[in-house]
Amino acid sequence: MLIMRHELLLIAITVILLLVEIFLPGDKKSRVITLAILLMTAVLILGFVPGPSGTLFGGMYQTTALISMLKNILNIGALIVMIQSADWLRKPENKEKISEYYILLLSTLIGMQYMLSSGDFLMFYLGLELATIPLAALAAFERFKEKSAEAGVKFIFSSALSSGILLYGLSMIYGTTGTLYFAEVGPAFTGTPLQVLGFIFFFAGMAFKISLVPFHLWTADVYEGAPVNISSYLSVVSKGAAAFILTILLFTVFSKIALMWSNVLYIIIILTITMGNLFAIRQQNLKRFLAFSSIAQAGFILLGIIGQSQYGMTTVIYFVLVYIFSNLGAFGVVSIISNRTGCETINDYDGLYRTNPRLAMMMMLSLFSLAGIPPVAGFFGKFFLFAAAANHGLYILVLIAIINTIISLYYYLLVIKAMFLNRSDRPIPKFKSDFYTSLGLILCLAGIFAVGIASTIFEAINGLSFGLY
Amino acid sequence: MSFLLLFIVIPVLTVIGIFFSKSHMQVKWTAVLGMSCQLITAGILIYLFLAARAAGNTAEILFSQDMVWYKNLNIHFFIGVDGVSVAMIGLTSIVIFAGIFASWDVTDLPREFFTSLILLSAGVFGFFISLDLFTLFLFYEIAVIPMYLLIGIWGSGPRHYSAMKLTLMLMGGSALIMLGLLGLYFNSAPNGGPLTFNLIQISKVAIPMPAQRFFFPFLFVGFGVLGALFPFHTWSPDGHASAPTAVSMLHAGVLMKLGGYGCYRVAVFLLPGAAHEMAWIFLILTTIGVIYGAFGAIWQKDLKYINAYSSVSHCALVLFAVLMMNQTAMNGAIMQMISHGIMTALFFALIGMIYGRTHTRYINEMGGLMKVMPFLGVAYVIGGLASLGLPGFSGFVAEMTIFVGSFQHNDVFHRVATIIAASSIVVTAVYILRVVGILLMGKIKNPEFNHITDAKWFDRMSVVTLILGITAIGLAPLWLSDMINNGLVPVMQRILMAGPVIH
Repeated sequence: MLIMRHELLLIAITVILLLVEIFLPGDKKSRVITLAILLMTAVLILGFVPGPSGTLFGGMYQTTALISMLKNILNIGALIVMIQSADWLRKPENKEKISEYYILLLSTLIGMQYMLSSGDFLMFYLGLELATIPLAALAAFERFKEKSAEAGVKFIFSSALSSGILLYGLSMIYGTTGTLYFAEVGPAFTGTPLQVLGFIFFFAGMAFKISLVPFHLWTADVYEGAPVNISSYLSVVSKGAAAFILTILLFTVFSKIALMWSNVLYIIIILTITMGNLFAIRQQNLKRFLAFSSIAQAGFILLGIIGQSQYGMTTVIYFVLVYIFSNLGAFGVVSIISNRTGCETINDYDGLYRTNPRLAMMMMLSLFSLAGIPPVAGFFGKFFLFAAAANHGLYILVLIAIINTIISLYYYLLVIKAMFLNRSDRPIPKFKSDFYTSLGLILCLAGIFAVGIASTIFEAINGLSFGLY
Repeated sequence: MSFLLLFIVIPVLTVIGIFFSKSHMQVKWTAVLGMSCQLITAGILIYLFLAARAAGNTAEILFSQDMVWYKNLNIHFFIGVDGVSVAMIGLTSIVIFAGIFASWDVTDLPREFFTSLILLSAGVFGFFISLDLFTLFLFYEIAVIPMYLLIGIWGSGPRHYSAMKLTLMLMGGSALIMLGLLGLYFNSAPNGGPLTFNLIQISKVAIPMPAQRFFFPFLFVGFGVLGALFPFHTWSPDGHASAPTAVSMLHAGVLMKLGGYGCYRVAVFLLPGAAHEMAWIFLILTTIGVIYGAFGAIWQKDLKYINAYSSVSHCALVLFAVLMMNQTAMNGAIMQMISHGIMTALFFALIGMIYGRTHTRYINEMGGLMKVMPFLGVAYVIGGLASLGLPGFSGFVAEMTIFVGSFQHNDVFHRVATIIAASSIVVTAVYILRVVGILLMGKIKNPEFNHITDAKWFDRMSVVTLILGITAIGLAPLWLSDMINNGLVPVMQRILMAGPVIH
């Protein structure tokens, strides 16, 4: 029971929300928002209570202190997204569907947690699908908008394709090793040609989920069409979960062909970071802009994996945590401005500081964190990732990555330039954020500062990631 | 708790004070109060430092404090000072103090302006007191990034372009530094044991030569970008010309010194073997930079560009002296940083004040200003004379020391480089005297200039502080030079131990 506590708690609150939806009269639907957020907060806090580790269902399900912590990190991201969605859900056209939204969101979260806890490839695949399919519904949530529907369809097609590829790879792995259990596949995985082919298909499928170049093409379109909060959920929580499980699998199951996958990663990192950055420069729509920037950030995450050490694992987790706060901070600002004014391009942000100084400040700090400027947490995250790769002697790769941070700084500065330097005849009017938006942004702000300066967080993660590699 | 923490705490408190200030005046006076405290603290630091040395305390680092920050990575918050950093802290506090008064008439978003300015200075102070490479780098970036907003919002001319160019070039430099620091870190324990970012500890380790050869260019060029190393100096003229007065002062006066200090403290000090091998490449570049900057200044018509190119020339001289790698030249390098820091801040302050009155920076449009604003005119002449190295001012002491030091090398290459670099003094005299002649002497060209007024009290405050600094060093250089020498001894020991014995 307690071993599966994270998932069970989430299932419980999903059911509660479902029941409330049935019995709540129509005019009080917006109370679901408060309820959902309170319940999720409780789940998050309960998740931090240390519990037993172990396996269930004959090894199909496993959990350790490390995996519990990864789930907690995902919970943090999901909670912030839920808080940030409140303002958007209160719009008249969404009022009918508030509980649907939260139920779908929570079921993807449950899927991700099952995926992280999986002990064999079957469970892993089930979790992955549970995490993916409701997301397509969420991407198409604003069904009266053509772009949103388009995003949903694009997402379901590309994820179906990638799942197919991944499943094909898994079938080859099963065929050559005769088992699906991680613990048994690992020793049997010696790198025969068919196994390598299976690995490549598996990796390509995962690369779709994390949106690594050259499997990134769906990202920008889906992010642009989907509601802002879903884009942020996709770019942070969904991507984070996929990155975690990929790291775990590469370090445990595929550790025998580490030399091979690190060569693959080497090239993919360079491609992902560079392409993501170069495309981001040209974007005008902030959602597309953040989509490409998140592609580049995914490349940075891989730098920790290629480090192939306990320390590398730590930096990946740490960076994802930092990235959750920074990216959700940026998306939170985009979301509130998009809700209130409908403005989504960089030019619309001209002179934002003079009308809405707090939002502009928040956006600047988030972007600085994404770019890796001290004293905000992004600096620490990036520095440690680079250190993880440099530890492995990959100085040239680190140099390329560092040069890319300068390119990324350029386009982040373009947004800051619009907000602070430019003047506009028709600036975004001054408006007051509601309670939930402010709360969401304050949480991000606190995270952006605290995660970097408080070294205990890094040390806690490092303590747990011991023994994985 | 170390006394040095005040240098970070005071700016932070000042920023908080500014945040809660209600009116423009309150913002300014909070800034003045904070930076006066900073200046007084710096004065006390210099006094305590000299007293400790006089009392026979020979420790390499004084007032140190070591706190563990990231335990697994052995990152510490390690601060402390030696003679050189005390001198740099003194310089910074003088320039920022003068800078606050020089920006007295900022009216657009004053709160944000002073906040950025003081954050920048906090970064600089943090940089000079850090002895852990990680915190050093952290403060370095904190010092650089506010420049974007400072130039972009409050600047003039093509300010968006200049701000972007400056930020990207400097952050590009810091990217190289980051790689170099990682290289140092992973080579900091070649015989086993924990890796470290501790500058003092690394300096006691013999880093393998292949690693030194690989990482030295990254570190030297990385810091060199901020120190206006030719051909990476191009951000400097544009940036300085577009920046508002106080930012030009702080940037040319202090921030560019971060580059010189980093080259000396990190690149040359920690990788002396490679420094000896590769010095010739960078010596050629810096010699070109010295001459190029000086000639560049001759061709310019805009006062700020003239001073910016002259800064390129003077800062190149700092790197030139660092690369000579002997005690005298090094001492000259530090003296030059301090002297140029105050001098160029004075120039930029004066240019800002002149521009505020004449609304032009083109020297051809001005003339005879000495008659209408004698105070600023005289101050400009003093700055000019100091800049061209007249005895009695700081510039003379610094340049003299540099060239005496560099001439101690008795091979042809170093001698030729020295002679070429020294000839820049003549060129400097040409452009300084030309500007003084056109700007201050002769007839008043524009009748409107008859109505302009001389310096106000806050202008005088700024100018007098800086002139006092210049003359204090010029007339009594020995205390400063002793203090610097004191800090240089362990550094030189290591550099000479690692390299071939020259001269």
